[in-house]
Amino acid sequence: MHIVSQFAERLLIFICLFAAGQTAHAGEKITIAAASDLKFALDEIVVLFEKAHPADRVEVIYGSSGKFQTQIRQGAPFDLYFSADIAYPRKLKEEGFAASEVQPYALGRIVLWSSELDAAKMTLADLADPSIRKIAIANPKHAPYGKRAEEALKAAGVWDKVEVRLVYGENIAQTAQFVQSGNVQIGIIALSLALNPALAKRGGHALIPDHLHQPLEQGFIITRRAAANKLAQAFAGFMAGSEAREIMSRYGFVLPGKVE
Amino acid sequence: MDSAFSSADLSAIWITFKLAVVVTIILLLVGTPIAWWLARTRSWWKGPVGAVVALPIVLPPTVIGFYLLVAMGPSGPLGAITQAMGIGLLPFTFAGLVVASVFYSLPFVVQPLQNAFEAIPERALETAATLRASARDTFFSVALPLAKPGLLTATVLGFAHTVGEFGVVLMIGGNIPDKTRVVSVQIYDHVEAMEYVSAHWLSAGMVVFAFIVLLALYTLNPTGRRRS
Repeated sequence: MHIVSQFAERLLIFICLFAAGQTAHAGEKITIAAASDLKFALDEIVVLFEKAHPADRVEVIYGSSGKFQTQIRQGAPFDLYFSADIAYPRKLKEEGFAASEVQPYALGRIVLWSSELDAAKMTLADLADPSIRKIAIANPKHAPYGKRAEEALKAAGVWDKVEVRLVYGENIAQTAQFVQSGNVQIGIIALSLALNPALAKRGGHALIPDHLHQPLEQGFIITRRAAANKLAQAFAGFMAGSEAREIMSRYGFVLPGKVE
Repeated sequence: MDSAFSSADLSAIWITFKLAVVVTIILLLVGTPIAWWLARTRSWWKGPVGAVVALPIVLPPTVIGFYLLVAMGPSGPLGAITQAMGIGLLPFTFAGLVVASVFYSLPFVVQPLQNAFEAIPERALETAATLRASARDTFFSVALPLAKPGLLTATVLGFAHTVGEFGVVLMIGGNIPDKTRVVSVQIYDHVEAMEYVSAHWLSAGMVVFAFIVLLALYTLNPTGRRRS
């Protein structure tokens, strides 16, 4: 028993020290839920933002836009929500879960990407080739990039020929990972992911013409819980600034002409 | 009522059932010799082998999913074997799910069997030997019948655990309708698409299924009866 109480005592001291350490860091912290196509671009933006706000911390959780919409409705602790489909934050705004206007921040583009085939020279019509055994897209049911991929395949007239060979990623990042690991020969992923250096050096990509699908209009909101959060407001403002816009366009996002 | 499950739901239920049946059969064939060896051996290897078999209980499904994805991929050892055999690659196929589930559910079959085999009195096996029963004969006529409750537990747990799989399937399944889309993944998709009614039907079905399975197990196989 002596050992137990000694251990408890040490644990208590440790917790106190830890808590003291936490309060010494007087800054604020915000948590962002972001569509996984933003993975590399937003990581860079956050680094810049934290440089400008050295006392504060920004935490980003990447996943599928549909999942985050459900989670925010159920009270998830996210201060900002970046969705690959602007319809999701608009819906949340209508239902009173937003503390800001819905801000359009980019148009996304989809590309054919492969780590083994020369995808740069391919078009959607080439996917009809039966020697391509598996093709990865994001799940059209809840991932915006998956919906657009399905629309484009249908518009290109190859849907019937590829449907049985499709593999569905839970979000666009998992879809890219299916291709990157070599388990699937080719996939339709976000341009922003294909431009990431790690993926760009492996195989090429071909932009899918944007008239084949509905626009991938993306938008963000500050959530209701962060209504009075200065740091969340600051981050929203930073997204409209030139530094953030430069990073976004480097990752292939088409920027809205004017961001309020 | 007939709108409770969509055809996609029914397909997911069928895939799940088929997967669990195939995996349970394979696990009983593979797990029984392993459990027998673990129960009888005095080898130094008993500890390490037992620990390897139990790993999936402790490891997160993501670890198993990640390593299987890499191992079964084009540059992994399993992928090299399956490609050389002309089967192609296993991820995103039903066969791939079977392989993954066999790994994942192995301890749930081996451990009850091992416990049952260990509970068989040494004397019963010695008596069989003095009656000149061969080792094989002893196993099938004496050990296996005495281990029947363990066999039942192993079968039910192996089946139920495979039905309950999610993380591994999400990572290596690719969510393909009629091939790798199982009930747990279908529920996840319903929730993400905010189709709560469909999610409720499937989820409630799973709760009822799990309860009935466990109730049957505990009723047919009360613990302690055989150990006395």
